[in-house]
Amino acid sequence: MLEKIKKLVLRHRIQLTAATGALTAAAFVARLGFANEQVAAWLMLAASIAGGLPILVQAIESLRVRVVSIDLLVSIAMLGAIAIQEYEESAVVAFLFLFGAWLEQRTLAKTRSAIKGLTEMAPQTAYRLSADGGLEEVDVDEVDVGDVLEVRTGGKVPVDGVVIGGSGSANEASITGEPLPTAKSEGSQIFAGTILENGTIRLRAQKVGEDTTFGRIIELVEEAQDSKSEAERFIDRFSRYYTPAVLVIAAIVWLATRSVELAVTILVLGCPGALVIGVPVSNVAGIGNGARHGILFKGSDVVTRFSRVDTILFDKTGTLTYGSPQVARAIPYGGDQAEAEALLASVEAESDHPLARAIARRYADGEKYEVTSSEAIRGEGIAAVAGGHRVLVGNARLLERHGVAIDERARADLAELEAEGNSIVLLAVDGRLALAIGIRDRIRDGVAEDLAALRKLGVRNLVLLSGDNQGTVDLVARQLGLTEAHGGLLPEDKAEYVRARQARGETVAFVGDGINDSPSLALADVGIAMGGGTDVAIEASDVVLTGSDFHRIPHALGLARATRRNMVQNIAIALTTVAFLLVSLVASTWMNMAVGMFVHEGSILVVILNAMRLLRYGRRPTPIQKNRRHLTGVNSRRSSPRDSVHSNKANRKEVTK
Amino acid sequence: MSKKATLQLETLACPTCMQKIEGAIKGVPGVVGESVKVLFNASKAKAEFDPTQTSAQQIADAVQDIGYDVLKVSER
Repeated sequence: MLEKIKKLVLRHRIQLTAATGALTAAAFVARLGFANEQVAAWLMLAASIAGGLPILVQAIESLRVRVVSIDLLVSIAMLGAIAIQEYEESAVVAFLFLFGAWLEQRTLAKTRSAIKGLTEMAPQTAYRLSADGGLEEVDVDEVDVGDVLEVRTGGKVPVDGVVIGGSGSANEASITGEPLPTAKSEGSQIFAGTILENGTIRLRAQKVGEDTTFGRIIELVEEAQDSKSEAERFIDRFSRYYTPAVLVIAAIVWLATRSVELAVTILVLGCPGALVIGVPVSNVAGIGNGARHGILFKGSDVVTRFSRVDTILFDKTGTLTYGSPQVARAIPYGGDQAEAEALLASVEAESDHPLARAIARRYADGEKYEVTSSEAIRGEGIAAVAGGHRVLVGNARLLERHGVAIDERARADLAELEAEGNSIVLLAVDGRLALAIGIRDRIRDGVAEDLAALRKLGVRNLVLLSGDNQGTVDLVARQLGLTEAHGGLLPEDKAEYVRARQARGETVAFVGDGINDSPSLALADVGIAMGGGTDVAIEASDVVLTGSDFHRIPHALGLARATRRNMVQNIAIALTTVAFLLVSLVASTWMNMAVGMFVHEGSILVVILNAMRLLRYGRRPTPIQKNRRHLTGVNSRRSSPRDSVHSNKANRKEVTK
Repeated sequence: MSKKATLQLETLACPTCMQKIEGAIKGVPGVVGESVKVLFNASKAKAEFDPTQTSAQQIADAVQDIGYDVLKVSER
């Protein structure tokens, strides 16, 4: 019976809140409109009971699990007020407390909306192939590893798996940050949370639920939002003893002064409100904003540490650069250049060598010749017959061994290409040198502006660490305006360097690709991984840039700073409120428990609203960004093949002039 | 072999709710005490338990009993 009442009361909290409000309002009408004190008192008592029930039930429930909660403070305060027949105060307190809780729930939901937007990208149902060959719609939780599912145009992919039939293209922005759709056909990997933009595919589930890449990203953000910073852990411990302490103080005051009114006022004023919620709510909003911009902070500690960073160390390959070789220059030596390029591409199309792939990618659009014979020569290149020509593709040794002359001018070019850090591929057609190709990794578009933005944010040291030779490293450092550059480093040397900077008292962030740099990522105060959600990157780092988007780093740093400022503001608001309440209790005549409850609930809403400002951080593009869009187009910073071809063409024109 | 229960709860608003829910779940026989985690912002509770002694549904009932709605229960 008691259980039933309890459940009924808890389930109708909102209705009881409304009833409390209505009864209190009616009581004021009775008193002010009709001067009927008797009716007003009865209505106030009824309101106190309607509002007091759910609070009392919650207080008892938490006592049963040995927690002294705010509900208990408020319940005792209300019972005290009713005992001395202050029905008005108990009614107003009950209403404000319940209404405040409801409002807080609503606004808190807003601060959490960022992560909610992410989770809602996960589909709820899947179409599973059943034993009789038909399709059935099932809840995504019921899908097991090995099940065969179908996804149609516009559908969300429910699990990680491998395509076993059909074809289409998927938008994988939720996982990789890449806005261009990726083609999927038999044998392709496909990921949960991505969207099939066209086509129909069948896939076999390999990872389901929280095990999928998408599920892990969500779980990571959820746990990060709940991870406690040092300040929060302190506040937690504090509030665990604080609430019972308020109870004891109120009891002492009551025994000493015999004033129930004063004792119950202390109970209400003592409710830990804004102080407890102020810090976590800033973190939730900040981490949520990051998640929506492809930045995963792995906890509120990370946000705090990141906000203090004054030294950022960068890995070169794959971080400041694209990480894959691209054709940077092509120097022609007479003859038909278009034909030479076509011959080169035709021969290289057959090879899996990284340099060959870069060339094949670069000249993919050109004409193709039939390759009639092709012989790979280890350490030198390829000798082939294509389109009726004898073709050599490889290094200088290959050409010399086949009696191809490399003249003075060509030798000077080769030395220059080498000095620029290129790998060189030569092409000879029918015994004559036709083309010299310089291939190197390219600096990501927009990196220089991003580094300038970081300097503007007050980062003093921007240091490049690389395994490459010092010459190449210095060149990159000069181009980008870095403060220091160190080449020839092994992964353990980089870790040692991180330690050395920390020993100087600097707060160090390390930006790397998360694979060979894990020691440095783990050692740095903040490890930032540029990884499309790879396991290693997620494990070793503190911040993950899901889209491998370098451009996110200034946003991340600015956001971390803003979040920290927001936290400090909230603590200040909370402490000011407490001080104000205490001073008014001693120094004013108008302070009572109803006013106290009002100020208390008000301060909680103020800190939540303050934190919500963080959700909007970075929404307006800064002047720098606007400028950049204008200059190079929206997609300029993506490493899409189209873009690299584009800029290489520009390079080539310069050369051929 | 222990199993893991994940409960999606109604939106949690007060930090003391976490202590209450944590206490309630730990009170269910068969739940591994230190595995209980209440995610305030995600409004989720996670716990490992011994399937011979209890079930995800019983854990959900314990949370429901102290006045918090459980929207979804999953067990792995």
